[in-house]
Amino acid sequence: MIAELGHFALILAFAVSLFQCSIPLYGAHRGWPAWMEAARPAAVAQFGLVGIAFAALTVAFVTSDFSVVLVYENSHSAKPMLYKFSGVWGNHEGSMLLWVLILSLFGAAAATFGADLPPSLRARVLAVQAAIGAAFYAFIIFTSNPFMRFDVAPFDGRDLNPLLQDPGLAFHPPFLYLGYVGLSMAFSFAVAALLEGRVDAAWARWVRPWTLAAWVFLTIGIALGSWWAYYELGWGGFWFWDPVENASFMPWLLAAALLHSAIVVEKREVLKSWTILLAIMAFGFSLIGTFIVRSGVLTSVHSFASDPSRGVFILGILAVFVGGALTLFAGRAGSMQAKGVFSPISREGALVVNNILLAVAAFVVFIGTVWPLVAEMAFGRKLSVGAPFFEKAFTPFMLALALILPIGAIIPWKRGQIARALRPLRGAVVLSIAVMLLVFAVSTGRSALAVIGAGLGSWLIFGAIAELWFRTGSAGLSRLSRLPRADWGKAFAHAGMGVTFIGISLLMAWQVEDIRTARIGEPFEVGGYQITLDAVDEVPGPNYVSTTATMTVARDGRVVALLHPEKRVYPVQAMPTTEAAIDNGFFRDIYLVIGDPQQDGGWAVRSYIKPFANWIWVGCMLMALGGFISLSDRRYRVAAGARRRSVGVPAE
Amino acid sequence: MKRLLLILMLLATPSLAVQPDEMLPDPALETRAREISKLLRCPVCQGETIDESNAPISRDLRLYVRERLVAGDSDDQVLDAVTDRFGEFVLFEPRATGGNLILYLAGPLMALLAAFLGWRFLLSRRPAGPQADPPAPLTPEEQSRLDEIMRR
Repeated sequence: MIAELGHFALILAFAVSLFQCSIPLYGAHRGWPAWMEAARPAAVAQFGLVGIAFAALTVAFVTSDFSVVLVYENSHSAKPMLYKFSGVWGNHEGSMLLWVLILSLFGAAAATFGADLPPSLRARVLAVQAAIGAAFYAFIIFTSNPFMRFDVAPFDGRDLNPLLQDPGLAFHPPFLYLGYVGLSMAFSFAVAALLEGRVDAAWARWVRPWTLAAWVFLTIGIALGSWWAYYELGWGGFWFWDPVENASFMPWLLAAALLHSAIVVEKREVLKSWTILLAIMAFGFSLIGTFIVRSGVLTSVHSFASDPSRGVFILGILAVFVGGALTLFAGRAGSMQAKGVFSPISREGALVVNNILLAVAAFVVFIGTVWPLVAEMAFGRKLSVGAPFFEKAFTPFMLALALILPIGAIIPWKRGQIARALRPLRGAVVLSIAVMLLVFAVSTGRSALAVIGAGLGSWLIFGAIAELWFRTGSAGLSRLSRLPRADWGKAFAHAGMGVTFIGISLLMAWQVEDIRTARIGEPFEVGGYQITLDAVDEVPGPNYVSTTATMTVARDGRVVALLHPEKRVYPVQAMPTTEAAIDNGFFRDIYLVIGDPQQDGGWAVRSYIKPFANWIWVGCMLMALGGFISLSDRRYRVAAGARRRSVGVPAE
Repeated sequence: MKRLLLILMLLATPSLAVQPDEMLPDPALETRAREISKLLRCPVCQGETIDESNAPISRDLRLYVRERLVAGDSDDQVLDAVTDRFGEFVLFEPRATGGNLILYLAGPLMALLAAFLGWRFLLSRRPAGPQADPPAPLTPEEQSRLDEIMRR
């Protein structure tokens, strides 16, 4: 019964979205306030209905209702409760339901908090948002219905893929989707502005918080996914340039570009058409990402939940929305006149360079990701494009970005001089060079990567600090607390990127790896640590059997950590997983993996010393934190308040 | 049940990627083997290198790479030998030949194009001179809104 209720609520949500994408749009066209206003209750109702559908599916999973096909295929009665819950979106149908839940959440949020938007703009934004929703409701209802029943319910389920039975699944997809789908707001605002024929500073100010929020969530989602891969997959890789990872990385790069170009629109009323184009492309890449993940068109380690026939439907949605928006853009772009003038050496100029670097980097990722498909269709060559290509083709853009970032962040609007902008950064330059020398001295030869990466990372961090210092002027520390939150957010985000830079480059350059047969009780040495395999035990888990090792890590005779790497077998899926044991530290992680018993009585053991590993994700969290601080800036609220009085006349 | 679990565990033991018994005694050769392994894609897995993969064929490939290295092949010769058997698909860094040149040139060309367009745009926004056009005066509507904002 509950599943049917969810099914029904989903169909109702589809109907509401059809209403919401037509009536308010026509109302806005004709200037009828009542028709425009209809979008707001509709958006809230839509969210409520999808919420009911999602809750119904959750109940089915939590109560292990195996008469629902989806629950049977992806759950098991012995599975721990957390994974019954997160298993709701650990499959194709459920994850699409989460997708539309978040889409309608953003629509409802825009309806609720958008009281200050001009009525026609608000109606159009909500209508476009509902149109996206309608397309995805149709997709779910017609191709991927999560509420299908069996005639006769099976006794127990087939369990969830063991790799997904991890707390990571509870957080990684929701955040990623909040980011992906959050970009739909930027898209809706862009299309609405094209329909209105008006893009100005106020528009940029409205669209920026939504984009910023989406970017923050995407940052968190990607970082969580990377961290999850790091500890779960058993060799401590953090980024694989896998098609699905790239699918989330492209919208992130474009959203980062969009954030910066919206600043230029807001402050200087230039780059308008480019910003609109970026907003369309950022969400377009989110859809491409959904297409890649959901169609399995590019084989990848993530394609546990894919089906090619559904890909065609999403490709259709992609073509209609991005194609339609670009057509509209082509028709209206000419009407967007730039206003401000500035010299090439200026903040505007620096932000243009930022946009070029980020957009071209996204393009490089895109072409590398789709190239296997293109090469097979165009040249009949079956080939692969992987990490070695991306590392070479992508990295230069990031290095260039890091090099100019602190200067661009400090240079004045309209007209500046590089030499003068560098003056407050002198300390940062000196300190970064000092870090480079230190890293060079510490590394045992070879690694240019460590020196350059750590140097640029320090340059970003010290540059951000120097900028804060510069902004306080002569007033000193007392002014530091009174700086606008946006300045703090910017400093945190830029410094966070520096921290991530340092983490990635030092981890890749300095990692120590050791593979050996370890005998119980015989210590061995890895990177200055003495590691001993003390014992190996068979331990039963709730829905798996574990081979758990006990290992002691010591340094100079002092015990540093007692670790328990595991090897698990999940009998229902007959699938093994490795659970690495990690001792996290500020300067290094010790990462241990237990393998198979060897013929001579020992165990295969992999040990890694991973320097600065945590810096990668700490940096990402700093970037996200910077975004949140910036979101709380008073200026957004002031801008929001500025139009309160001018809201349209109520319906007669 | 217990016996069933035991059987399952034996059937599906998670073999780690590189096994201790595969490794070469010569550390220099072993390092080269690892570097080469990271460039080769496991033919049956989903986007994993043979260095990371648990599949039996990856183990065979890892052993083959080491065999070739011991026999004195250069890194490129080893890559060629594996590619001859399994096709281009196993190379994670595709060869820059024929149509693949597009892949390698697309990024740099796009960067040049973007730099050119960006530069033209920046020049077009340059102030006309010391006395640039004054900005258009506010419309009465905008003026009243400005007054309203300023009063807050």
